[in-house]
Amino acid sequence: MSSAALNPERPNYLNQEYGIRSWLLTVDHKRIALLYLLSITFFFFIGGFFALLIRLELLTPAGDLVQADTYNKLFTMHGMVMIFFFLIPSIPAVLGNFLVPLMIGAKDLAFPKINLLSWYLYIIGGVMMLHCILTGGVDTGWTFYTPFSTAFSNTRVIEAGLSVFVVGFSSILTGFNFVVTIHRMRAPGMTWSRLPLFIWAHYATSIIQLLGTPVLAATLVLVVLERGLHLGIFDPTLGGDPLLFQHLFWFYSHPAVYIMILPSMGVVTEIVACFSRKRIFGYNFIAMSSIAIAVLGFLVWAHHMFVAGISLYSALVFSMLSYLVAVPSAIKVFNWTATMYKGSITFSTPMLYSFGFIGLFTMGGLTGLFLAALGIDVHVTDTYFVVAHFHYIMVGGAVMGYMAGIHFWWPKISGRMYPEAWGRLAALIVFLGFNLTFFPQFVLGYMGMPRRYWQYPPEFQVLNVLSTAGSTILAVGYLLPMVYFLWSMRYGKIADANPWHASGLEWMTTSPPPTFNFEETPEVTWEAYDYANIPAPEEVPVEH
Amino acid sequence: MSTSDGAIIAEPEHGPELRHQFATVEQQREASTLGMWLFLSTEMMFFGGMFCAYLVYRYWYYDEFAAGSRSINIWMGAINTGVLICSSLTVALSVRAAQMGKRKTLLVLLVLTLLFGLAFLGIKGVEWHDKFVEHHVPGLSFSAADLVRDYPQLHINPHHIQLYFSLYFAMTGLHALHMVIGIGIFLFLTYKAWKGAYTPGYYTPVEVGGLYWHFVDIVWIYLFPLLYLIDRKPL
Repeated sequence: MSSAALNPERPNYLNQEYGIRSWLLTVDHKRIALLYLLSITFFFFIGGFFALLIRLELLTPAGDLVQADTYNKLFTMHGMVMIFFFLIPSIPAVLGNFLVPLMIGAKDLAFPKINLLSWYLYIIGGVMMLHCILTGGVDTGWTFYTPFSTAFSNTRVIEAGLSVFVVGFSSILTGFNFVVTIHRMRAPGMTWSRLPLFIWAHYATSIIQLLGTPVLAATLVLVVLERGLHLGIFDPTLGGDPLLFQHLFWFYSHPAVYIMILPSMGVVTEIVACFSRKRIFGYNFIAMSSIAIAVLGFLVWAHHMFVAGISLYSALVFSMLSYLVAVPSAIKVFNWTATMYKGSITFSTPMLYSFGFIGLFTMGGLTGLFLAALGIDVHVTDTYFVVAHFHYIMVGGAVMGYMAGIHFWWPKISGRMYPEAWGRLAALIVFLGFNLTFFPQFVLGYMGMPRRYWQYPPEFQVLNVLSTAGSTILAVGYLLPMVYFLWSMRYGKIADANPWHASGLEWMTTSPPPTFNFEETPEVTWEAYDYANIPAPEEVPVEH
Repeated sequence: MSTSDGAIIAEPEHGPELRHQFATVEQQREASTLGMWLFLSTEMMFFGGMFCAYLVYRYWYYDEFAAGSRSINIWMGAINTGVLICSSLTVALSVRAAQMGKRKTLLVLLVLTLLFGLAFLGIKGVEWHDKFVEHHVPGLSFSAADLVRDYPQLHINPHHIQLYFSLYFAMTGLHALHMVIGIGIFLFLTYKAWKGAYTPGYYTPVEVGGLYWHFVDIVWIYLFPLLYLIDRKPL
């Protein structure tokens, strides 16, 4: 253990104050990050519970565990909880909250009270969603498609809509805080071209949150008003247009995919550079590709509506624009591989998850091109091919990145190392479980199995059994870190300030950091990812 | 603050108005202003969804929108436009007064702004009440029979005219909600100004509150022609 090891008595953000009040009224970005960590983990397991029920039902061709009505509610609640209460806040609200001020050398976010307010909005939305689930749930699918949601569904659409409305504002406030902080709170010498790419990724994400989420909010207001008062805005029998709803909904909900994946890309960029011991390849290209994804992401929404009756010409334009998103995404993948080329690679847990991310994201992205192609999209619309595609992006991509990041910064967050061997085992289990769960779904979808049905023809059973088996393995992979992270908080090896010998200002303060992050505001005189001038750790910083 | 191992966590030196996360007053002011501009961009997109819906249906159901537009009181709308433009002037002047440190002028201007805001809401309330009496509020008691009768030249489908009133109430309602919030903000500013909190060195809240107020005014500047002036030429 190095001499800079943490003296447990050293004041840090965890031991400066104790008691429930000091947590619930905190304005410290690091404590709010932990509040988010606890709450999104809770919702992750709720969403996961619904997923397991779905997979159990699909173990057999007949509808034996649940019937159609319940099944509709299961996939709806799974989607709503996972998207709005886990994926959207996951990396920004936990790792972003913790790291954005640390990485740019600031004492806190620009608006700490608004940061706390965003967590309370999340909790209010979450309680509404839980109440909605416990009193009957919703069956519209997470997409709230009209006129089913406004005129026909007998479930609690208004409550779910309002819950998503509230939690949307929590997301807006997080993005808002990040943009102001990144613009105005950088330490002296921390120029835009010296920012870690994690920050660039969060900047791009925040722009989407700021400009996309309010459109969803306005749309949900209209849905709620329409359902309550029968206005007719989205009801064709009253002159309204359901397609208008879909346009407005996807104007947010497609960019929302980039809210989920961009922060993961930022995490992977940090980790790939660190465990290859090399300056990142193509810094400017990675930074600008984040911005390009955010901008292009706003121009492709109608590729969710190719079979909904939009004009062929607009479909053509949206198809071509969707192809364009592949360019900045591929730039990132190529730059990560180029960074690893001839690097001195350590196969630590965060790096294993990052490998997983790069491979699975590439598969998810390439199958996305299938779906952007008009002809193939018509063939596989609303099949399990689509389900597999977006799970490769959201679970294989976003969640892998989240797991990578939590492991990488756990020493900074908790001041303790997690057990490396268990970490690698869990990463392996997650990777295997994930592929076993979702790869068969590509095949199922291509063979024609539609999504959102509780029954299926018997010839699809083998692949469905494989998928269900994979999902239980995946569940074990997700439960393991829960156990060893909790274990490490008490028994883990004490971490010094920079256990990975990583670049970045967050590693220049103690682990865990003091309440105001730095004892003295740092002055930056070096480029980002300056691994040529950072000695590699003498021994690989992982236990065997 | 001194700690057990002797490390010093610098207690930032600043006046009461500088919050702990900022290094200088200038940085704090810039952060607040940028924050408000960003917030307004979010707001723009929030209204944008409804403007988009308006655009689609006005294009599809022009006659119904024209009839609906004729039925709302153009004079009250015009007066309200004037009231809001006056309030924008008093807001702009109040920022200047705060900058110059003229506390009394600032107070008078803030109170005037509040009065204009309340006048706007009052007139808006009368307009809504008229619509309620005429059964033009969307819902179960909605009826456009009077408009169908009054404008035989227009091709009116009563269902579609309800879309006009739905958007009229959604958009003016959302705008009025923003006015109410604005009045809350200005009550707070007036209270603080009365306490003498704003000096030439620290007047960011007035500036930021002013930005918000101007934004809400500008939304109305668009709502007025879109909702009131669709087609007013004699039939």
